Amino acid sequence: MEDYLFLGERVGSAIRNATNTFVRFLVTNYGDAFEAFSNALLRPLVWLEGVLRDSPAIVIIIAVGLLAYLASRRIGLAVAMAVALWFVGTLGLWTQAMQTIAIMIVAVVLSVIIGIPVGVLTAKSDRSRAIINPILDLMQTIPSFVYLIPAVMLFGLGKIPAVLATVIYATPPLIRLTDLGIRQVDREVVEASRAFGASRWQMLTGVQIPLAMPSIMQGINQTMMMALAMVVIASMIGARGVGQTVLLGLQRNDAGQGLVGGIAIVVLAIIFDRISQSAGSRAQKHRHLAQ
Amino acid sequence: MSLIEVENITKIFGPRPQEAMARYKEGLSKEELLAETGHTLGLADVSLSIEKGEIFVVMGLSGSGKSTLIRHFNRLIDPTAGRILVDGTDVLKMSQRELQAFRRSTMSMVFQRFGLMPHRTVLENVGYGLAVRGLRKKDRLEKAMHWVEMVGLKGYENQYPTQLSGGMQQRVGLARALATDAEILLMDEAFSALDPLIRSQMQDQLIELQSELGKTIVFITHDLDEALRIGDHIAILKDGRLSQVGTPPEILLNPADDYVAAFVRDVNRARILTVDVVMQPPKARLTGENMARALEEMRRLGERYGYVVDDKRYRGVATEERLAAAVKSAGDGSLYDYAEPGPTLTADAVLETALPTTLESDYPVPVVGEDGELVGVVSSRQMSSVLAPPKRNDGDDQKLAS
Repeated sequence: MEDYLFLGERVGSAIRNATNTFVRFLVTNYGDAFEAFSNALLRPLVWLEGVLRDSPAIVIIIAVGLLAYLASRRIGLAVAMAVALWFVGTLGLWTQAMQTIAIMIVAVVLSVIIGIPVGVLTAKSDRSRAIINPILDLMQTIPSFVYLIPAVMLFGLGKIPAVLATVIYATPPLIRLTDLGIRQVDREVVEASRAFGASRWQMLTGVQIPLAMPSIMQGINQTMMMALAMVVIASMIGARGVGQTVLLGLQRNDAGQGLVGGIAIVVLAIIFDRISQSAGSRAQKHRHLAQ
Repeated sequence: MSLIEVENITKIFGPRPQEAMARYKEGLSKEELLAETGHTLGLADVSLSIEKGEIFVVMGLSGSGKSTLIRHFNRLIDPTAGRILVDGTDVLKMSQRELQAFRRSTMSMVFQRFGLMPHRTVLENVGYGLAVRGLRKKDRLEKAMHWVEMVGLKGYENQYPTQLSGGMQQRVGLARALATDAEILLMDEAFSALDPLIRSQMQDQLIELQSELGKTIVFITHDLDEALRIGDHIAILKDGRLSQVGTPPEILLNPADDYVAAFVRDVNRARILTVDVVMQPPKARLTGENMARALEEMRRLGERYGYVVDDKRYRGVATEERLAAAVKSAGDGSLYDYAEPGPTLTADAVLETALPTTLESDYPVPVVGEDGELVGVVSSRQMSSVLAPPKRNDGDDQKLAS
């Protein structure tokens, strides 16, 4: 009876077989292309990781403090961020933290490169939004392991599938917030720029994106936070970093080690969040003048 | 040929305007069109000519289609049918590139809620049209500064729009529109969001700028007083249809339909109408110095007052009684010396200021032109005939309300 109702339960196995066949097809026929792509991405990632790990820790700490100052123009925040990073070092996780930061920065840069143009596209056309929206829902809800399995098959274990998984998970909020920000720009301002003969590009770069900036910055901030949330999962497919510490704690039943890794992740999240938030609000200084 | 020619513009809003257009041509009304096809009739068969250098006001209540109409001129909206010629060029045939060039150089716009860019300073806002055109930063800011000064905002150039009052923000909007040196200025309810006092200041400033710069201004308003105050010609729109086009006196004195009549009924005519509207030619125009001939002429015309003119120059008034007495006693003398200068009016004075003079005078008051020539006379009776509001028609109020 159930057999009839569920069509002999054949749909699941059909999808499974088709997917496996397809992935195997990709691996055998396009393996080289995937490897080339992987290497292209790996090069800047390895370079960045090298820079972060090889520099003296004190230089990195001062650089982060300086960055925080540039973003906020507040000495207090700059000192707090430098101390927070120093604290990660005291946890004994300096190298891991640098590895995590490298993966995160590359993933966030990729997310921005993909997310903002896609967000602009969905803001400009309702049709593309109707197509892209469900894809974004899918990207955010489907468990990461589902796409990690083929990713590992195609790119091998390590950093690259970790970066891709992070990008897939962390880009949707940026796309959505870019779209929202551009749609919320005052229509009369956009009309004014049109009436003065602005081209589409001039309108986009001179009016729409600058006015959507608070929303876009919020999106980048969200992307950073979600990227950090992915580090533990990324470590499961061989990406080194703070996530690995947590994973080891889990494997060894070492609650203390897990907590230490967790604290490091939270501290890194706070550093990225504070710096990006204050950069965002400083870029919008005209908004605070009226009060 | 007028500067802007609008020929039979029809605009239908909705997903399939051409189909709805066909139905509309079959004779459906606006309401039927909406009920049967779901399309909204924005403008119906509107034709206008706007002359170079005039202030042309498009006036109507909200929903009458005035903002839609003005947006056709620079093609922020494309019509469903019709033609628009600006300086002889068909705007609808322009390519995207030509259209951009046209908007950059020929037509600029001022918006109801200002449309300023909050992330740019006053100076950068004013220079926006020039930036779009690709002008170098130095030239652009220099030129923008000139216009910031012209609208009286010197000292505010580095502020952001949110730091300014509404009136100042609209000055920025006006300066931005003027900075492109466009010949035509579109003003979409530009002063409607301002306080009444600021508003009349802005109207004065606009009229002043207009006389200085000689732009062609298309001005939209829902306020008839504003329309009458600044307009050389006024077009009245109702439900997307043109009710009437005319000069302010024409609209006031000869409203084309009940709708316009209801509109103009409450207007203070004395403040709008000028002397030349009610002026008439003088009955007895006395030329030459000969008093006896003048007296003869007056008697022949049966007039008690004569207006003495010396080679077109107005010299004064002569009454029949005193002229007769003078002729009897003195015999001969110069009529020019005899005429009493008395009060005069100019043709562009509004009736409000002219009324006391005509009421105090026993005879129709002479109206004198720029070179002292006599152009006509005005009596208090003629004046009161136009100042009385038109008769009230039943049903006007309902129409206005609908």
